This record gives sequence, structure tokens and C-alpha cells, in this order.
Amino acid sequence: MAGYVSAHRQGSATLPRRRLTEPALVRWTLIGIALAFLALFLAVPLVMVFSEAFAKGVDAYWAALEDPDALSAIRLTLFVAAIAVPSNLIFGISAGWAIAKFRFPGRNLLITLIDLPFAVSPVISGLVFVLLFGRRGWFGPWLFDHDIKIVFAVPGIVLATIFVSFPFIAREIIPVMEASGTEEEEAARVLGASGLQTFFRVTLPNIKWGLLYGVILCNARAMGEFGAVSVVSGHVRGRTNTMPLHVEILYNEYNFQAAFAVASVLALLALVTLVAKAVIERRLARSLAAHDETAAPESA
Amino acid sequence: MGIEVRHVSKTFGQFRSLDDVSFSVASGELVALLGPSGSGKTTLLRIIAGLEQADAGTVLLEDSDATHVNARDRGVGFVFQHYALFRHLTVFENVAFGLRVRPRGRRPTEAVIQEKVHKLLALVQLDYLGKRYPRQLSGGQRQRVALARALAVEPNVLLLDEPFGALDAKVRQELRRWLRRLHEDIRLTSVFVTHDQEEALELADRVVIMNQGRIEQQGSPEEVFERPATAFVMNFLGSVNIFHGRVEDGRAFLGPLAVDSPEHAGQPPQPATGYARPHELDLGRADTGGGLWARITDLNTTGAVVKVELTDDEGRLIQVQLGRDAYTELLPTAGERLYVTLKRVRVFLKDEKP
Repeated sequence: MAGYVSAHRQGSATLPRRRLTEPALVRWTLIGIALAFLALFLAVPLVMVFSEAFAKGVDAYWAALEDPDALSAIRLTLFVAAIAVPSNLIFGISAGWAIAKFRFPGRNLLITLIDLPFAVSPVISGLVFVLLFGRRGWFGPWLFDHDIKIVFAVPGIVLATIFVSFPFIAREIIPVMEASGTEEEEAARVLGASGLQTFFRVTLPNIKWGLLYGVILCNARAMGEFGAVSVVSGHVRGRTNTMPLHVEILYNEYNFQAAFAVASVLALLALVTLVAKAVIERRLARSLAAHDETAAPESA
Repeated sequence: MGIEVRHVSKTFGQFRSLDDVSFSVASGELVALLGPSGSGKTTLLRIIAGLEQADAGTVLLEDSDATHVNARDRGVGFVFQHYALFRHLTVFENVAFGLRVRPRGRRPTEAVIQEKVHKLLALVQLDYLGKRYPRQLSGGQRQRVALARALAVEPNVLLLDEPFGALDAKVRQELRRWLRRLHEDIRLTSVFVTHDQEEALELADRVVIMNQGRIEQQGSPEEVFERPATAFVMNFLGSVNIFHGRVEDGRAFLGPLAVDSPEHAGQPPQPATGYARPHELDLGRADTGGGLWARITDLNTTGAVVKVELTDDEGRLIQVQLGRDAYTELLPTAGERLYVTLKRVRVFLKDEKP
């Protein structure tokens, strides 16, 4: 019996350290396929974007960006993101808090609903807003009477962007909040902290990396969204065009260089997002590991 | 009175966690809430702290009704089972937390905070660790930081939830002694929850034993150990030999054993159970009457007392503890048949069973 037990222990201890034993050929084929995919679908397009953008030289590149319509598109994109991201920040924290710290009827439904924008095609999301707020939509007549324009105007773009980007923050912070539990909040309360003090001094520091990660993903989506925004925007140049829409218009006019110049700005944003994501992911993993460590009962 | 709990009940869904519980803690007293898991002891502690609301009943702290007072205004110190230290703050900032979150008017100056925190860290013998983070500390150190943090707000009562539950045996022993000394120094009204009877009996001035949401018995450690009020308490406070039988005319007949049971004298004959602790049994080689014969199946002579396990003719297992002197006098050997007698037995009627 004793022999069996120790042999068993040894087996399980060495198992994770054992190397994969597939032949070199299989290994290199798999690695090769993965790398080829990466090159074909990520690296080549990225290089293409920048080489096309600078095809007519640096001056033409700047000219394309300084075009009033391009500037207006950049401004609108920043404006929309500046509203959508904070809104989703508030929504995400509230939803994350409710789901992670409380048990209530409808909790599972809420978790499912948060993922809805992932499941629905962005074009459908846009159409929903047209059906709600368009001239013939549910609220259309009322809005028309009060001279409020939502669809084919900036408010519609903001609404559609909020909709498609809202899962990101909630999704990121729910696991972090669940991992940190409620004991620290209770400790703060017994020590005399108010609700706000508890949030800013205890909850927020514990979730900050997850939150930042969510914000970055949310921002990337908010600035890059095409489908939903395209449906509600109305494509009015210089007024309701965001950067992705502006790229499409330029492209359809065969103005490839200008289209790629604007696209390169979006691509740059993606690269910055990726780097930030990588950095934050590391911090996040570390803070989650710290959760486990402090939560585990441990002896002196 | 430091703490007074009156007729408190609490239900979670279908589960009755507390059922009309009343007890009180005198100022400066150290009381243990002892019970198996699910007995409601932690819920009771959380209700006293205001972390949980009772469905019915009142809680008085320092003689004023605190039933509807928010946890943050109750002036209690709470030490959580897993310490719940703020992991992003240093040890120093953890202890300072309760002072820093005070409303501006009552918040001490930075100099006062510094002095006070250092004093508390010195009290828990951790002043040299002020700049560390909780994850860099051992379990015992975290426990003491949690205690210093709770004491920083100068609470009227101190509540501890399984304070030694997550520590290994040796550290637990040390911390227990240390906490007892600390309590003698500061004399703070304290309640701690535990499922470890040894811990409760060793540490507390008074023990409140809970079972299934009710209080079974409360009293000094000697009282509950020597005079258990119910079969549950008898059973819970240490290992015990159980003999089933009946009482009749002031005598209890427990299988082959027969003992006097004067407290049941006036009652009609009915089923009863006798309980005797291992040290309350005696072994001999002669039939002296009122006992039973059993064969030694296991003999453990290492330790301050000798532990003997016997099996009688009906296959009943009997545990006996002999002092070293009694052991050397008798020198029993494994497999030997010996006569077991009761020095003392407590008889509870069948319907008193837990």
C-alpha cells in the first residue's frame, strides 16, 4: 500500500514537467501553420495599410488626415468614445458589482443579457435603434414633434456604440470581483467606512487592472465599430461620419491612399491597444494570483 | 452589560439558522460561542456586528439598542476568519484604515495616527513589519494584523470569527495563550466563535454551546464540562462512551451495567442513555459487580495518559483512559480480558437526546 501511494505521488509530480513527445515534424508543422496564418491575416494586412497610406509620400499622408472631413470624422470618433466608454464604465461596474457580490432572482438572466451585443450582429443592433427612434419607429413621431433627432445624427451613433461596446467592462471585472469576495468590503464597513469610501479605498484598488483592461477593449471597440454605426449614421460627410465610415467612403471613391491614411490611424490605435492589453494582462494575472494567495488558509 | 442578545431568530431560505436565541456578555468578559458547523454561531456573531440582520429579536450593545444601527456605527471590532486584510495596503495602512475613514471632524491628525498605529503594531509584536503587504506575512502574523486593525477604532466589543481556524496546531497554541494574555491586559468585552471545544474551554471565561440554531447550555468551562445539561453537550465536549438502556425506580440499567440515577427517581420507567468519559471508567481483574467484561483490542501507552480500547462480548467499543499510576499498577496487556466499572456516568432520558 505504502509503495503504491508513493509511486502514485511520484507519477503525478513528474507528469506536468514531462515534455510533449510529438515528433519534431508534427511540432514544426503546427508551428508553421500558426505562423503562416498570423503572417497572412495579421502582419501582411497591417503592412499593407501603412505602405498604401504612405504610397504617395508623407505629404499626401498628412494631407489626407488634415482634410476637414477626415478631421471631423476623427473628432466625432473621439467624441463618441468619450461618451460611450465612461457610460459603459458606470454600467459595467454596477452590473459587475450586482452580479459578483449579490445573489438575486434574475441574476443569470442579467449575465446572459450582458453578452447579448456579442451574439447579435452589429447591423441588427443598428437597425433596432432605427426601428425605435427612426421617423416610423416607436418613438419616432414623439421625437419628431419635439424636434429631437436621434437616428442619422450624433445621438444615434453614441447609442449604437454604447450598445455594441457594453459587455467588455462588465465581462472583465465580474471574475475579478468574484475572486476578491465580499469580506474586505465587510471589514471596511465594520471599521466605519461609508459606502463610497469602501468603493474607492477597497473595491476599486482590487479591481483596477481588470477594469483598465475592460476600458481598453471597450475603447477599441467603440472607436472601431462599423456595422451598427453605419446603419444609424446616415453618412453625412463632416457631420455624422466616424473614422471607419470615412474610410469606407474614401475607399468607395477610389481614393485608396487617403482611405489607408485614415485607416492607419485606426490601425495604430489597435497596436497601442494590443501593447497596453499585454502589459495589463500581466498585472491582472499577478493581482489574481495575489487574491488566491491571501485567500488560502496558510500556516506560519 | 457589554452585549445582550434577546430572542434573536434568523432564517436563510428554508434553513433556520437561529431560533429564539438569548444570551448576554458582561463588560470585560471573554465568551466563546461553541458549536458544530451549521449551528448558527457565526450567524449570531455577524448579527451582533450588524453584518447580518436578524428576522426577529434585539441586540443591545453597552445597554443601548443597536438592532437597527448600521455596522459602521456600532463600534465593534471584527476579526474575520480569513482575516480579510486589505491586500493592496501595507500592514501599517491596514491598521490605520479605521482612523483614516473617519469623518473629517473626528479624524485624528497624521501624527496621532502614526503614533497610534505604531503602538498597536507593537502590542501585537509586529512593528517591524509595518511596510510589508499582507501576502508577505505568515498566517499567524496576518491574524495579529487583523486584530490590531480591529482594535485601532477603539471598539466597545471585539468579535472574532474562528480566530485560529486557519492556523496550524503549534501557532494556534501560541496565539491562544497570547490572546488570553492580551485580553487580561485590555479587558475588552469579547466574543469568539469556534468549533474546537478545547479552544473554547481553555480560553473563555464563559462558554455558550450552540446546536441547530439554539443554545444548549452556557456557563463557565468547568460547569459545562463537569455538569453538561444535555446529551449533546456531553457528546460535543470530548470523547465519550455511550451505553443504551432504561431507567426504573431511580436506577439506570445500561446493558450489563447498573448504576444509581436518583434524578430520575420519580419518573415512570423509560428508555435512557448513559454517557461516561474515558477517564471516568476503571479497569480491574476481578468482578466487583455492576460492571462488564471486555477484551483489550488496542493499547496506546505513549503520552501522559494511557489510552485503552476494549470490545465487550456484544461487540461494543469502550474507550478508557488510565493515569500513568493506575497503568503501572495494573499493567494490562493487549488481548487481556478485564472488568470495566463506571466511576461516574451521566444518564439522560431518550427524549433528551440531540
